[in-house]
Amino acid sequence: MAVALMAEEELPLSKVTFWTRFRRHKLAIAGAVVLTLMVLAAVFAGQLSPFDPNSIDNGTSAVPHWNGTPLPPCFQDKSLCWGHALGTDEVGRDLLSRLLFGARISLTVGLFAVIMEVLIGTTLGAIAGYYGGWVDYALMRLTDVFLSIPLLPLLLVLTAIIAATSTHAALSFGVIVVIIGALSWPNVARLVRASFLSLREREFAEAARAVGNNDARIIFRHLLPNAVAPIIVQATLDVAGVIILESTLSFLGLGIQPPTASWGNMLANAQSDLQTAWWAAVFPGLCILVTVLAINYIGDGLRDALDPNMR
Amino acid sequence: MRRTLQSIPLLLAISVILYGILYNMPGGPLAPYLQNPHITAADIARLKHNLGLDQPVPIQYFKWLGHILVGDMGYSTSNSEPVFQALIERFPATVELMGASLFIAIAVGITAGIVSAVYRYSPLDYAITTFAFFGQSMPVFWFALMMQLAFAVHGIPLPGGYQIQLPSAGISSSDTFDFGDRLEHLILPAIVLSLLQIALFSRFMRSSLLEVLGTDYMRTAAAKGLSFRTILYKHGLKNALIPVVTVIALSLPSLLAGAIVTETIFAWPGMGRLFINALTQSDLALLMGYLLLVAFLVVFSNLLADVVYAWLDPRVKYD
Repeated sequence: MAVALMAEEELPLSKVTFWTRFRRHKLAIAGAVVLTLMVLAAVFAGQLSPFDPNSIDNGTSAVPHWNGTPLPPCFQDKSLCWGHALGTDEVGRDLLSRLLFGARISLTVGLFAVIMEVLIGTTLGAIAGYYGGWVDYALMRLTDVFLSIPLLPLLLVLTAIIAATSTHAALSFGVIVVIIGALSWPNVARLVRASFLSLREREFAEAARAVGNNDARIIFRHLLPNAVAPIIVQATLDVAGVIILESTLSFLGLGIQPPTASWGNMLANAQSDLQTAWWAAVFPGLCILVTVLAINYIGDGLRDALDPNMR
Repeated sequence: MRRTLQSIPLLLAISVILYGILYNMPGGPLAPYLQNPHITAADIARLKHNLGLDQPVPIQYFKWLGHILVGDMGYSTSNSEPVFQALIERFPATVELMGASLFIAIAVGITAGIVSAVYRYSPLDYAITTFAFFGQSMPVFWFALMMQLAFAVHGIPLPGGYQIQLPSAGISSSDTFDFGDRLEHLILPAIVLSLLQIALFSRFMRSSLLEVLGTDYMRTAAAKGLSFRTILYKHGLKNALIPVVTVIALSLPSLLAGAIVTETIFAWPGMGRLFINALTQSDLALLMGYLLLVAFLVVFSNLLADVVYAWLDPRVKYD
């Protein structure tokens, strides 16, 4: 992380041009606003939630709220919703509260998995691009191998294995982050390698070498800052990809385990209740769509702002 | 030719990594037996010996590889049939679904991309690019649920009291082949699976065509007095489609991943659903067989992309 911060200060592009260009991209600004709201909702989920996300609203014995079918949202039926603004899920838990806590899961999994992916991908890509030769050849063949096995089925098999081995019989949040991060680095590695292959031939790299800098210093202080723009763009778009990936795993029952709410696992039982409780199927997916769309637009804006030639 | 030879070590490396995963499965390949109270420790030891599991890992790997090479992928415990047979039986259903989706994606995506590029910055272009962004950001499984909600649960009312109501599960509702019925069952899953590719193809086609439209030879053609239509069809599209063909071939992994989800939700009797079933029953041999087959298809499609690219674009030479 320190590397990324340091590098950002040394961007060849001035901050002023970056902001004027980014601001021109209206949808990216809209995306940034939406994402900020989502982050705030996730951070203050505890304060904003009207109910405990994991408790079932039974009401009192005199006035039972819960009769076994999901409670409807208030805008649909005010007399039956019992204060659950977006209704409840199939076991009577407040949907809005679960969505807020689900935002925490989705955003943190996205963020940490991508940090890990960038660290691995940048390191391997930098080594391959800087040293070239057989190191490069070996590392690139390794990325070929990982790129040839489709990510989703591989992740599913791995999570299934870990779920079966783990003594707590549950997939923790950390495990999901680590396996997604550990398997999604090849694209970043290729990107960094490509930048490094051309950067290392440039005069300033030559100069840095002539002055007697060691390899690590040349890589991190001189070359990496010049390769940071495409990494930022790729990382942003990958946050969106990871959020979809995590929700898909959780939807299939091999991601974040209930009762912890994640947007994906909230949809796991939605299919069987489609006829009776449309809200339980619609809202979690809408959250995923809106968040991912916002991040994709931000990524698009960053791409235009950082390098208009990148297409 | 050299590219073909290069893919052999790649496939071998994939098999080593996948075998590593298989070997790390808790209890190894005998996991289903370990939980069975009727099987004693002595039975396990005998099974281990009979299956060669007491030998060093590299030897086991080469034995396993030898079997794979002759098409013996082991025995599927969840289906009680050989893995190869289980996969082959489901293959046509998956091909039907993926083929239909790819057809929709190519037809719709490329058309949309061309329209978008030709009418650049028009409202139509904005509509198409916005749609593409939505398509790219849509979780497949949620889109599937929403399509079921709209077309299967409620049905879309049409004027005159008619209603669009489509089946939401299975590949057909009769044992005998009925084309109309099969088609009806195919519509929803095929649309769901094609959305992401439509988005990708249209965005790529748009940028590829825009790039070609800005080249010198296009200006030359225009300077010769040819109509825009002629330029577009005779020169523009031909050149703009070349990189798109590669993107189509490279979309196979995401198509396969999407098929897993789509088949599961629509109860489509294909390989993806077979894979998910095997997952819940820790059917190792089948999981491995599926991953190997999928990796093989991906390597093969990458190779095909290279070959087609070189064939379409004489400027490209692989040596």
